Amino acid sequence: MANYSTNDFKPGLKVMLDGDPCAILENEYVKPGKGQAFNRVRLRNLKNGKVWERTFRSGDTLEGADVVDQEMQFLYSDGEFWHFMHPTSFEQLAASEAAVADSAKWLKEEDNCQVTLWNGVPLVVYPPNFVELEIIEADPGVKGDTAGTGGKPAKLATGAVVRVPLFVQTGEIVKVDTRSGEYVGRVKE
Amino acid sequence: MTDWRPATAREALAARASLLAQVRAFFAERNVLEVETPCLARHGVTDLHIQCIEVPGYGFLQSSPEYHMKRLLAAGSGAIWQISRVFRHGEAGQRHNPEFSLLEWYRPGFSLDQLINECVALLSPLLKPVAVTRHHFRDVFHQHTELDPLTASASELTQRAQQNGAPDGLDKPALVDWLMATVVEPALAKDQLVIIDDFPGWAAALARKHQDHDGEWVAQRFEIYFGGYELANGYHELTDANEQAARFEQDRQLRQQHGQRDMTADPHLLAALQHGLPDCSGVAMGLDRVLMAQLGFGDIRELLAFPTERA
Repeated sequence: MANYSTNDFKPGLKVMLDGDPCAILENEYVKPGKGQAFNRVRLRNLKNGKVWERTFRSGDTLEGADVVDQEMQFLYSDGEFWHFMHPTSFEQLAASEAAVADSAKWLKEEDNCQVTLWNGVPLVVYPPNFVELEIIEADPGVKGDTAGTGGKPAKLATGAVVRVPLFVQTGEIVKVDTRSGEYVGRVKE
Repeated sequence: MTDWRPATAREALAARASLLAQVRAFFAERNVLEVETPCLARHGVTDLHIQCIEVPGYGFLQSSPEYHMKRLLAAGSGAIWQISRVFRHGEAGQRHNPEFSLLEWYRPGFSLDQLINECVALLSPLLKPVAVTRHHFRDVFHQHTELDPLTASASELTQRAQQNGAPDGLDKPALVDWLMATVVEPALAKDQLVIIDDFPGWAAALARKHQDHDGEWVAQRFEIYFGGYELANGYHELTDANEQAARFEQDRQLRQQHGQRDMTADPHLLAALQHGLPDCSGVAMGLDRVLMAQLGFGDIRELLAFPTERA
């Protein structure tokens, strides 16, 4: 990969820092009078999502990171790896447990996910923003409750547990926002 | 869609036009001659921290009109001023644009104090500071860092700088620069014209040096701050051609150590100094920064009609 100088550090640029691929979030140029200039940079470590703040001397360089975001279809999990397929080349890639992490509980076969690839290997898997999943386990609702004030926990087919209104029953399909983990509504078959 | 619109409001355009008119009137009244010098010339500067933009086949966009103006002074122009567009590679951010407007003027026979007074006379009606204060670099640095920039050891400076997130591997001048930019500048009174003089000797550039009350060699250089950022930088100008040539040579060695491209010292300037530059003081003032301070803008990119991203 090419090297990038602090002048090239635009938001979104992917670079290697301490052996990890990172995305530049912000780059602030600081220069006192006529002296040495610095760049204060905020980066997101793409491996663990943590935000780092680092300062560089202006003109310092970092190696670019071969990181691309690719939409891929989730095929299946064999328990150890989660398998995804490229929509046009049909190439299949296996994502590790570390890459899937908390997204695993939202992954339904045939759903399209955003996969961040680092050197061609899945680094992070993001579930779709909204998923529609069947409730496999929930306490029976209280009769007459339609407002859904307190709600109740419900287990979904993928293993995730979300709070749903009391009137929602086992076997129904619900729409969930995976970013907040919140119930959005029932899906009519 | 391509964003063709200017980045700033008409109010800022009008404020700039008014500022230009006021500057012109200020120097006309004082009988200082307005001049123009090239933006594009064969040589750039050797300064370690200023990277000139090269124009293949022609030379470099000028980072300051200083060398040409000194050639005019050496030829007997008398007091001169100009507003020029200057260019510095890689300087882009909240307070920097790679191309900016520099007001620069030279006063034969003026001491540094006289020139500082003239700067204050120009800026006071524009910025209406509540006070004008003046400090030596060593004192203001010590006040905010508890360290003397000239006598503190590199390890003391490193320790203090790293409390503020300084990168590794900085030499002493860079450590002082870091602390200046991250600790001292933000602590300066924002509603006063703050004048800092007697810069460390290593930061003399084209200024004379003298010994301060402790016998340390310091530069006869000042900067003016307002709103927490630097507006102007002035020198009691070095007229000794041999010393200037030696400093340029030292710059070139530093550039080599830092892996930067070699820059030839401008032989025209050195020849002019050899011929004789009158004793003078000169100052460069960032007009965009003055406007930012006048209008209370926090980001130069909101002030320029077409900042570099849109130009």
